[in-house]
Amino acid sequence: MNDSPDKEIVIEITSLKKAFGTNKVLDGFDLNVHRGENVVVLGKSGSGKSVLIKCVVGLLKQDSGTIKVLGNEISEMKQEALDEIRVKIGFLFQNNALYDSMTVRENLEFPMRRHWFNQTKEEIDGLVKEALENVGLSHTIDMMPADLSGGMRKRIGLARTLILKPEIVLYDEPTTGLDPITGKEIVDLMMSLQKKYNISSIIISHDIQVAHKTGNKIVVLLEGKNYAEGTFEELSKNPDPKIKQFFESMQ
Amino acid sequence: MISGKWLTFLDEVGAIGNFAGRFFREGLKPRYEWQELFRQCFIIGYKSLPLVGITAAIMGLVLTVQSRPTLAEFGAESWLPAMVAVSVVREIGPVITALICAGKIGSSIGAELGSMKVTEQIDAMEVSGTNPFKYLVVTRVLATTLMLPVLVIIADLLALYASYLGVNIKDAVSFKLYINQVFDALAYSDFIPAFVKSYFFGFAIGIVGCYKGYNSMKGTEGVGHSANSSVVIASLLIFVIDLIAVQFTDMLGLN
Repeated sequence: MNDSPDKEIVIEITSLKKAFGTNKVLDGFDLNVHRGENVVVLGKSGSGKSVLIKCVVGLLKQDSGTIKVLGNEISEMKQEALDEIRVKIGFLFQNNALYDSMTVRENLEFPMRRHWFNQTKEEIDGLVKEALENVGLSHTIDMMPADLSGGMRKRIGLARTLILKPEIVLYDEPTTGLDPITGKEIVDLMMSLQKKYNISSIIISHDIQVAHKTGNKIVVLLEGKNYAEGTFEELSKNPDPKIKQFFESMQ
Repeated sequence: MISGKWLTFLDEVGAIGNFAGRFFREGLKPRYEWQELFRQCFIIGYKSLPLVGITAAIMGLVLTVQSRPTLAEFGAESWLPAMVAVSVVREIGPVITALICAGKIGSSIGAELGSMKVTEQIDAMEVSGTNPFKYLVVTRVLATTLMLPVLVIIADLLALYASYLGVNIKDAVSFKLYINQVFDALAYSDFIPAFVKSYFFGFAIGIVGCYKGYNSMKGTEGVGHSANSSVVIASLLIFVIDLIAVQFTDMLGLN
């Protein structure tokens, strides 16, 4: 068991509801993420996992309920304040969302140039090189995203997500679309960088292997609710058939 | 009773109006994206110049050559420079330039923003703490609004120069005499309304392209639709603005 309950809560989600028309995607979801904790949200495709983290970062507005990130209620924040808090939240998109009209260097520089006005060109160059070294892709600095493989794009996406040294990172299906070997490499990379920068995270996945390797806490999102939560070992022994089905794929 | 299609049309008009309102609200507030604005001015203005220039020159030449026989019937060939100048400056220059830009710039903005939308690049910009509306929309709309009058002036000049060459195919008119005839025929009331309406044309092209791209849906098919409808709506709007402008100048006694 981890000691996270004694630590500060960085994300506090209470009774979160979000519907699209008559489709209730989140229907009273609750979750606490403590500092330094990696929470994996497991759920089937279309169960509202991505909607959840998009609400956390303010890309989607909830219908009701509260989302507090680092003590700030996201839905009540003005644009400028929201932009400031977003600097502290990294978001790795499922398809990486690299700016395809920019080189790798420009992709990595973009967030820094928007927020760190006092940095010199040399300092920004240094940070870009460090970020690329972290993901082992220094040689791609002047390449365009279209020239990179899927795994490389994921690594660059990860480098861009972490370049502002966020306190929280939200990962949307980090291994989807990758072969198992590359997927494992990405997970290892995520974990080493999480440790290096002491990041708290929510990892959205339907991949039980990812949950096993990354999560201090696993949350099962079913019927729009936090159906069950616990460590991987606790949940894997849970007799509830709805929870069991997630773990059966591992056997 | 309003039919479904009319309702959709009115919805769309309302949504574009709201989008334009948001442009003014967000555009006036700092932070100002100067670097991106200059980059867009370069892309939209400078890179459209060859197409606009060639089209304008051909248009000036063809107009001159085709108008000559009619004027010759009345023995009024000496009016050729004046007639071409008034046609080009008042109407053909601004409208043709705007239509070319609606095709070239409108479709490219629609497709670029549409593609950014469906690949979540706009969301990525937002979560990195950058206001994508200011960075992508305000800069592009401002750039089209500022650059179109410049392109129109250049197009007018090139069309008039090509017209001078056209006049000299059969006649021998010095450049100085040609210019004198052109400027004798033109008044400020020809130039200023055309210049002012160019701003509106530019604004329409930018706002429609950005609106369609920014609200693109349904994957790659949506991107194609955004690019296509940007051109169609912007072209239509250009004629509507032209129609309003001519009524307005008529009311002010400038026609």
